[in-house]
Amino acid sequence: MKTDNQKAWFLVLPVLILVAFSAVIPLMTVVNYSVQDTFGSNQFFWAGLTWFDEMLHSERMWNALGRQIVFSGIILAIEVPLGIFVALNMPKKGFWASFCLVLMSLPLLIPWNVVGTIWQIFGRVDIGLLGYTLDALGIDYNYTQGFYAAWATVITMDVWHWTSLVALLAYAGLQSIPDAYYQAAKIDQASRWAVFRYIELPKMRGVLTIAILLRFMDSFKIYTEPFVLTGGGPGNATTFLSIDLVKMALGQFDLGPAAAFSLMYFLVIMVISYVFYIVMTNLDKEEGGK
Amino acid sequence: MTDQSPAAPGAATLPGDISPDDANTKLRRGARFNGSAVVMTLYLLFLLIPIYWLVNMSLKTNTEILGSFSLWPQNLTLANYETILTDASWYMGYVNSLIYVVMNTVISITVALPAAYAFSRYNFMGDKHLFFWLLTNRMAPPAVFALPFFQLYSSVGLFDTHIAVALAHCLFNVPLAVWILEGFMRGVPKEIDETAYVDGFSFGRFFLKIFMPLISSGIGVAAFFCFMFSWVELLLSRTLTSVDAKPIAATMTRTVGAAGIDWGVLAAAGVLTILPGALVIYFVRNYIAKGFALGRV
Repeated sequence: MKTDNQKAWFLVLPVLILVAFSAVIPLMTVVNYSVQDTFGSNQFFWAGLTWFDEMLHSERMWNALGRQIVFSGIILAIEVPLGIFVALNMPKKGFWASFCLVLMSLPLLIPWNVVGTIWQIFGRVDIGLLGYTLDALGIDYNYTQGFYAAWATVITMDVWHWTSLVALLAYAGLQSIPDAYYQAAKIDQASRWAVFRYIELPKMRGVLTIAILLRFMDSFKIYTEPFVLTGGGPGNATTFLSIDLVKMALGQFDLGPAAAFSLMYFLVIMVISYVFYIVMTNLDKEEGGK
Repeated sequence: MTDQSPAAPGAATLPGDISPDDANTKLRRGARFNGSAVVMTLYLLFLLIPIYWLVNMSLKTNTEILGSFSLWPQNLTLANYETILTDASWYMGYVNSLIYVVMNTVISITVALPAAYAFSRYNFMGDKHLFFWLLTNRMAPPAVFALPFFQLYSSVGLFDTHIAVALAHCLFNVPLAVWILEGFMRGVPKEIDETAYVDGFSFGRFFLKIFMPLISSGIGVAAFFCFMFSWVELLLSRTLTSVDAKPIAATMTRTVGAAGIDWGVLAAAGVLTILPGALVIYFVRNYIAKGFALGRV
């Protein structure tokens, strides 16, 4: 059991100071901007909740949010089942297990802008293997112009980039199942599906919850990969929340609306993080109860 | 890798593989491990082909890239790599990235170690709120922080320095390090601490001499993940630098010139950014799931 000790605060203090410097001060700047207006030259005056009101009625933000939700939904629907499927087919131990683990982790460690570059080079009709092949097959594919081609490429890129994360977590969950469970299933003459449904899936529940929440959250703040690949285009077809926000804040310097947008964005993330936290701590408790 | 038979020994032990003595199952088992090998081969091919294509491009000249279409380089050339490794404005991008990434890793681990110890061993006022607040920073979108960071670091005169990027990346790396280390520290029995104190160790000596060696794998994993997330990040590092501390990720946009994009050099630069991660991945392969799950697997 943990002991009560208020002096533990001293151990946490460095983290507190550091994160306060890099999180609280900037966040307060955002709050500051969100309630003020300016005509430049550092003259600010109180604008109240105008910006929030404007953003809540802004078609642009709702569209970006809509695209964001559709995107996150699609990639979760693909990556989670595919990740589980891959994990079930992975070798359990030995050289080939390490071999698969190392190769599967590779996309996870590539800088995000390089991920965009890889798919740019891979997908282009003139020089890319994918684009060239599809074009040769007579499919009208050009991710810089076609709406569906852009979406398909961005989604394939994300699946390529992050499915391994789901697979690795599911694999870690599978590894923790004792052999006795499979032996019992064999005695009961359970089908392959029953083994999956009643033994493997419940045992993977914890890690899968973490995987789903992580993927949801990270896809919700995706910026670099689609920015490099499509730049948010064609038109606004792949302009997700972060891309739109950066355009607004650093591109057009609309500080007030961008700040209000930021705060609402952050609020959504906070709520999801809270769900995440509750789930995680409950999992910790279950583990402790064993 | 395209050859399936070597995959058999490892693939033979499958989750459902439970009745080796039954002839009927043996048949099914044969079919199944081949199936697994096929699935894994296809999946790994899906992962590796785009990377192969990048490597392929990096070994071609621009005329070849644009002029003809071939699955492998016809005239193998290392000129693209030579361009990067001999031009200071190119290779300094890597040096800059490495400097702030290492700084960030050292800072993150140093402050996270005592905090993770506190979270794993003690109850104190507000501990759960603090732990949650740290998590929200890991989850916060960098886009929200880009502009305020720019203004904050400009006003304190740190704009375009390595330390600015290193501190900015602490936003998500310190929480990550705390969570991962806490996960590892929880696995160390508390009796060890108590025994050491009874034996007359001070907290500092106990922590450095006894505790840190016990969680050395955890420190390694946390350091790896800090390194990695700082290395892959572009938005903040690009916003906070202009010349002196410009990261390689931002330098790569240089390849877009008046004469179009210099694909060969772009691809070579991309290949070189993959290498650091690829080199150390082998050492953390068994902990990589734990790291991505913030120490919770």
